[in-house]
Amino acid sequence: MQLDKKHVGHEFKAFTTAVEAGRVKLFCKAIGEEDPIYVDEAAAKAAGYRALPVPPTFLQAITNDDPEKGGLLRLLNVDIGLILHGEQHYDYYAPVHVGDRITCQQKVVDIYDKKGGALWFVVSETSMKDQTGKPVAKATGITVVRNPDAGKK
Amino acid sequence: MATVPKFDQVKVGDAIKPIVLPPISRHQLALYCGGSGDHNPIHVDIDFAKKFGFKDVFAHGMLSMGFLGRLVTSYAPRDRIRKLGTRFTSITWVGDVITLSGKVTGKREENGEKLIDLEIKCTNQNGQDTLQGHATVAAA
Repeated sequence: MQLDKKHVGHEFKAFTTAVEAGRVKLFCKAIGEEDPIYVDEAAAKAAGYRALPVPPTFLQAITNDDPEKGGLLRLLNVDIGLILHGEQHYDYYAPVHVGDRITCQQKVVDIYDKKGGALWFVVSETSMKDQTGKPVAKATGITVVRNPDAGKK
Repeated sequence: MATVPKFDQVKVGDAIKPIVLPPISRHQLALYCGGSGDHNPIHVDIDFAKKFGFKDVFAHGMLSMGFLGRLVTSYAPRDRIRKLGTRFTSITWVGDVITLSGKVTGKREENGEKLIDLEIKCTNQNGQDTLQGHATVAAA
């Protein structure tokens, strides 16, 4: 297995999704987050937020709303069972709240291998803007692909 | 709830109060599958995980990054977080007991903001780091 570096620069189709209160509530339950500011409007307002904010890594739930989710794996022709998450980084420019509509645009920024091609690394960046067009965050992820052919002659 | 750190009072080397989490459960992985929208079966379907050479299902890296988010928002309010990032350095298995810890590694001013840099990590019951991350928060 070898990944084609020609995909560097590929831009995926942008999509827009709404930030929903129920989804944030489930996300908080999953990570064990009990701060009421994420689920109780009165608590959020008392803490100075205009609406319910979202936990820092809830941005992943937003990017996973892509109607063409899995596009990166299809582009690279990689099986989902072979991938691991190598790194994830978020830059926060402005708060995201329940009720916002976020537009995400993902692109491939680098592809490289290590250990003689046993592992491949795909770096992608997703820009995120709110309904007014204001940038709210940048998400940078590194997907690691385990080469199923590694070690075989 | 966290209060905004005061720049002048923060010292490099200051520790964030650690958080010890309950053991990772299969139920938690199912909740995270739904909450995050990461539907990769490798985290919830043991048959699928075995097919790809794993002994069992294992936690989403992003679940643990969510824990790091909790650690950072225990140190500074949500709207003061400017950066959060991590490397996923080893797999987190069902039953693992994760401790979240962190410390201040730097103080600087940028774009008119007083920033505090943090080193943060998840460590399992064997003392192995599963995530090695960093964060930047804006102080007052």
